[in-house]
Amino acid sequence: MNRVFVAGLGAVSPAGWNVAALREALDKGAPLPTQPMERPGWEKPLRARLVPSPAVRPEFLAHPRLRRTSPITHHVVASALEAMAKLRVNLDPKRRLGLVVCLQSGCVNYSCRFFDETLKDPATASPLLFPETVYAAPASHVAAVLENVSLASTLVGDPAIFLEGVSLGAQWLDENRVDVCLVIGAEETNWILADALWQLDRPAILTGGAGALCLCREPKLSAGVELAAITDPQTYSARQSRMEAARAMRSQLGKSAPGELLCDGLGNNPRADAPEIAAWRDWTGPRVSPKRILGEGLMAAAAWQCVAACDAVADGRFVAATVSLVGSNQQAIGARFVRADSGISHLSDGKSPGNIRP
Amino acid sequence: MLFPTTSPPQTPSRVVITGAGIITALGLGWKPNAEGFRTGRTAFRPVSLFDVSHQRAKRAAEIDLPAALPSTLLNAKHIARLDRAASLLLLATVEAWRQSGWEPAENRPLVLGTTAGGMSLGEAYFRQAVQRPHSHRHQPTRAVHYQPQVQARMVLDALGSSGPITIVSNACASGGNAIGHAWELIRYGRAECALAGGYDALSELVFSGFDALQALSTTLCRPFDARRDGLALGEGAAVVALETLEHARRRGAPILGELIGYGTAIDQHHLTQPHPQGDTTLTVMKQACATAGVTPEDVDYLNAHGTGTVLNDSSEAHAISKWAGRRAATLPVSSTKASIGHLLGGAGAVEAVICLMTLCEQWLPPEMAFETPDPACHFPVVHQPQDARVNVALSNSFGFGGVNATLILRRWA
Repeated sequence: MNRVFVAGLGAVSPAGWNVAALREALDKGAPLPTQPMERPGWEKPLRARLVPSPAVRPEFLAHPRLRRTSPITHHVVASALEAMAKLRVNLDPKRRLGLVVCLQSGCVNYSCRFFDETLKDPATASPLLFPETVYAAPASHVAAVLENVSLASTLVGDPAIFLEGVSLGAQWLDENRVDVCLVIGAEETNWILADALWQLDRPAILTGGAGALCLCREPKLSAGVELAAITDPQTYSARQSRMEAARAMRSQLGKSAPGELLCDGLGNNPRADAPEIAAWRDWTGPRVSPKRILGEGLMAAAAWQCVAACDAVADGRFVAATVSLVGSNQQAIGARFVRADSGISHLSDGKSPGNIRP
Repeated sequence: MLFPTTSPPQTPSRVVITGAGIITALGLGWKPNAEGFRTGRTAFRPVSLFDVSHQRAKRAAEIDLPAALPSTLLNAKHIARLDRAASLLLLATVEAWRQSGWEPAENRPLVLGTTAGGMSLGEAYFRQAVQRPHSHRHQPTRAVHYQPQVQARMVLDALGSSGPITIVSNACASGGNAIGHAWELIRYGRAECALAGGYDALSELVFSGFDALQALSTTLCRPFDARRDGLALGEGAAVVALETLEHARRRGAPILGELIGYGTAIDQHHLTQPHPQGDTTLTVMKQACATAGVTPEDVDYLNAHGTGTVLNDSSEAHAISKWAGRRAATLPVSSTKASIGHLLGGAGAVEAVICLMTLCEQWLPPEMAFETPDPACHFPVVHQPQDARVNVALSNSFGFGGVNATLILRRWA
């Protein structure tokens, strides 16, 4: 198989509209402030971490395809453009771009609005909203903005499928079907999603946003990061519990190198986190838990873990970083990213920034 | 490991179909569906699943679910959690599984296409959260089982099998993409066998959405007819058991057909409207032919996406006519959505199984309501039941968002 490199990263999170904001929040290590989220019929609002309005209205919002789009599409487009920023300067327009968008909840804002209108009076439900409710809408919009997308797919599942999306992108590159591939995980916040999360995981605080990895084959396009490994997806089943799946994922990743960073998916729910805690109990290296700072961003959170891992390798803080995704109801999967010029077997100690727990 | 993998084989594996399951408004299983499609029976009736009194359209192709689901490893508690869509998926999967003769395995991929997953559970969740916000009864279960990956897990548990689950949601191309994705997994040596298909059940949100767009026919669904006035919705599921030819031969499995070609690409023209000249459709048909090693002259039947909307059928007709060239004049084309409606995420999979039926039984599915061809149709639309020699069949699927998919199947003889 050909080597696959990370050419660029993008992120929209409650910390802000770029990877630098994400990095700063993770380095500080303090949970971001929460905001109230009203839900019908309740006096006490839920808490959520909302993506702040961008300081300056992004230019891409002037694109005619984005006129009526919901926040999830804005997150997807912003993260895609950031991940592609360096490439787009020199990108041959004939280069074939692949696009994999991964979602768990998807376009909940317009789905809720449209169904609410339907229940009130279907005769007046807005035809403008309905097309924006489909899972495939964000991928369609970002493809229209980027223009040279030749192959695109939207995958739905629990957050662990983000790495399956990365694997699909790597596969398209390997089969020479695309020259560059964007893999994006995204979500948006709204009251019904916060309500559902509250039903299932009380300590969790909902958030939204997106994370993007731009993959390429050519070392010269690399941002200094190489994809080294993605484990098999360990599917939960009647015969494999979440605990066992997490353990199997860890086992397949094998031994880490000294100083390797672990980007885990731990939140603030001991019960939900138990399988991942157990799988990494013997981990003695530095680790970072983005969800504890940013919140439960579902697919976006999985993407942030990968972005944080690649960013830590790209800026030289670590020569390797492992991502652990123990999904809520589908599978566990892990990956390792390494410094492109290091060779996976030559890993050295990294310096530990602010919140990264040795 | 998913990455890195071993290099793909120099000669990709041939992929055959050894099991097929289908449920539509024409019935449960191969036989009633084959009889219905062969004769061009239509299955539309007034919608009873939800109130459509304030909608423009009032009819859809609803399924009568069987009184009991087939006996599987699911217990009564599990079965109670299956919504309509998951039940359709289970019924189709069990038929395909049993026909394939496969034994449970721990690493057998399941690739599914859906647009709505457990939408009815999502709708119920929303209603209760708005109307009785302090009642939590059933809400946690709905929040979990609404998700398509959970429905897929239930199906694997029902069979006692396990493996990676991939849910493709490229709107109405999802089913075709799911089968194409599984085909690629097997063809390039990433799996030896896989279950693949698509499913969607009728839901109030989706029905209301298409009605709001004024995309639903208020008369008859007549794809490619000059008087067409929209699509009709249906529901259903289809699943196929795919494996390498070597694997099927090794275990002496009866082979139903061969999946020989797949193409997919994205049309960036508009979120809901295809390019007027069908440029991307043309691209994916060419891609699929290239991978299959066939030309339009080799294709004996084309199962069109053919929704019955003015824009889709015109665009697709342009693409087919251009792609087929001189062959267009004699290429039999039909859209089986005239019989069972548009199954959205299930459409591509169901239509692939219909193509398999035409290959196995040597007939063409007619559109009985078709009368006057659209001027863009330079091909004959099958409108009477007929037997035919069918060695190669092509199926098109396109979705909101612009993803197009084409599958090509070959008769196994």
